[in-house]
Amino acid sequence: MKFDTSGLESTASVFGTAGSELVDGFSAAPAFELPTTTDVSFSFVCYALRFVWEGKSQNCLWVEFDFAFWFQFDGFQKEAVQMVKPAKGTTTLAFIFKDGVIVAADSRASMGGYISSQSVKKIIEINPYMLGTMAGGAADCQFWHRNLGIKVPENNQALMAKPSLPLSLIDALSTACKIAWQSQCRLHELTNKRRISVTGASKLLANILFSYRGMGLSVGTMIAGWDETGPGLYYVDSEGGRLKGTRFSVGSGSPYAYGVLDSGYRADMSIEEAAELGRRAIYHATFRDGASGGVASVYYVGPDGWKKLSGDDVSELHYKYYPVVSTEAPEPDRMVEA
Amino acid sequence: MARYDRAITVFSPDGHLFQVEYALEAVRKGNAAVGVRGTDIVVLGVEKKSAAKLQDSRSVKKIVSLDDHVALVCAGLKADARVLVNKARIECQSYRLTVEDPVTVEYITRYIAGLQQKYTQSGGVRPFGLSTLIVGFDPHLGVPALYQTDPSGAFSAWKANATGRNSNSMREFLEKNYKETSGQETVKLAIRALLEVVESGGKNIEVAVMTKDQGLRQLEEAEIDAIVAEIEAEKAAAEAAKKAPPKDS
Repeated sequence: MKFDTSGLESTASVFGTAGSELVDGFSAAPAFELPTTTDVSFSFVCYALRFVWEGKSQNCLWVEFDFAFWFQFDGFQKEAVQMVKPAKGTTTLAFIFKDGVIVAADSRASMGGYISSQSVKKIIEINPYMLGTMAGGAADCQFWHRNLGIKVPENNQALMAKPSLPLSLIDALSTACKIAWQSQCRLHELTNKRRISVTGASKLLANILFSYRGMGLSVGTMIAGWDETGPGLYYVDSEGGRLKGTRFSVGSGSPYAYGVLDSGYRADMSIEEAAELGRRAIYHATFRDGASGGVASVYYVGPDGWKKLSGDDVSELHYKYYPVVSTEAPEPDRMVEA
Repeated sequence: MARYDRAITVFSPDGHLFQVEYALEAVRKGNAAVGVRGTDIVVLGVEKKSAAKLQDSRSVKKIVSLDDHVALVCAGLKADARVLVNKARIECQSYRLTVEDPVTVEYITRYIAGLQQKYTQSGGVRPFGLSTLIVGFDPHLGVPALYQTDPSGAFSAWKANATGRNSNSMREFLEKNYKETSGQETVKLAIRALLEVVESGGKNIEVAVMTKDQGLRQLEEAEIDAIVAEIEAEKAAAEAAKKAPPKDS
C-alpha cells in the first residue's frame, strides 16, 4: 500500500534531535491528513520507527510518545487535544549509595506551555520504608498526542481492539493502578506478616501496568526502598518494563539530571552529600527544562525507613548555587565642589 | 451417626465433620514420621517399610523437596501426597515468578493447608488423607522452621512433632526429651524418637537433614546405621549407669 512518505521524513528529522522533548519540534512538522481508515502499513512503519528511536534514546528511559492507536476522531476532538497539548513534564531521580537510597523530584505539572501546578507530589509514600515516584500518568495528564494527529498502534493486532482511552479516563486509570498497587502491597504485608520486598512490590506494579498495556497509560515510575536484602531500586513503566538498577532518572528533565548525577556520583557518599547531589541534579534539570520546576523534594530511604530531607524552591536554589555577585559600581563622577 | 458421614460437607449434630475424622484415621495408619527443628538445622525422619525384593527402592523416597529450601514428609495416603506435593511445587515456582522471591515456609504451609481445607468444603470430593510435616529455612532471615498440617486444613508451627503410626508415643518422647539442639544432636534426637516405634536399623528409617547452606540432604543408610549405633551405645551406657547405683555418699 502506497503511503505519503513526506510526513515520515520530516518527523524522522525531528526525531534526530535526541534528548530534546519535542514539544516545539512537532509544530514544525507539516500537517498530515488524519486517516479515517486504518492505514496498516504506515502505522506499522511508524511503530518500527518508534522502536528505532527508543533504541537510540538510552538516556531517556521514559518514552514520551504514547502510541496507543487512535484512528478516528472528529474535528472537535482534534482541536481540543491540539489546544490542550498535554505533556509529561517532570524530573524525578533516584540512586542507591552506600547508606541507602536517595529519591528526588520536582513538583511542576505542565500541559504543553501551561503550568498547571507547581506543587504536585511526585514522590508517593507506599509504606514507611518504600517510596515510589510517578512521572507521567499519575502526576499530571499524560496523554501525549503527536502533532500529526495519528497514534501508532501499540501492537498491530490491537489496532481496532484498543483505541486509546479519553484523557480523563487515563488519568483515573493511572490513579486506580496506583491505589490497586498500594492495596496489594498492604495485603501482602497482612497475609504474610512481613513487609513486601522492593522486588515484589515492583513486580506487582509491573504486572498491573502490563495488563493495561496499549490503553494509553503513560507512566514511568521508580520504586525505592529498604527491605531484608538491603536497599533496592527498580524502574517500572507503563509498557510493563521493569529494570533493576542503581541510578535512574525519569521525565523530560532526566537528561539534564543524568548529567549532574552521573558526573557527581560516588558510591561512598555520605547521606548529606548524596542528598545534595540529588538536589543539585533536580535543580539543574528544572533550570534547563521548561516542563520541570517548582519545589525540589529530596527523600532518603535507610534501614529505618524513609525520611523527607528537604523541599526547596528551585528558584531559591538557583540563587544559592549561583549567588548574585555584586560588582562595585564605579562611583559616578561627582561634581566636585571646587 | 452414619447419616452424617456420607457427604463430607455435612456437619454432624455434635459438630463433627466425620469425613475429616476418618481421614485422620487414615493418617494414623500411615508411616511414622518425625520432624525436629534445631537452631541451624531441621531434620525429617520417616519409617521405611521393608522394600520388596523386586522393588526399586529409589523410586519410593518419602521425604520430598518442594523447593531448594523447603522439604516435606507425609503420613497417610501416598497417592494423595503425590497430588498435593505437585500442587505445592507449582505454587512455589509461581510465587517466585510473581514476587521474585522464594516462598517462606509459612506461606507454603498455609497454601497446602488451604488446599486441604478446600477439599473439606467442596462438593463431590473427599479430604486428602494425609498430614504433612513441612520444614525449611526462611529465605532471607535464615531461621529454620517446622510446620504440620492435617486433613482438616489446620496448621501450626512446632519445635518437634510426629505424625502417622504411633505418633503419640513419639510425641511423648519428644516432649520429655526435647531441648534446643544443633547439628548432629538434632539428627540424633529425631532418630531416637523414631526408634521408639520403629525397628532399629538403617534400612527401616529414612532420614533427611536440611541446612541453610546445603539444602536438603538424604542420609545414606550407612550414616544412619552409624548414628543408630551411637544412640544404642549411649542408651547402654545410661542403663549401665542406672544399674550400678552411685556408691559415693
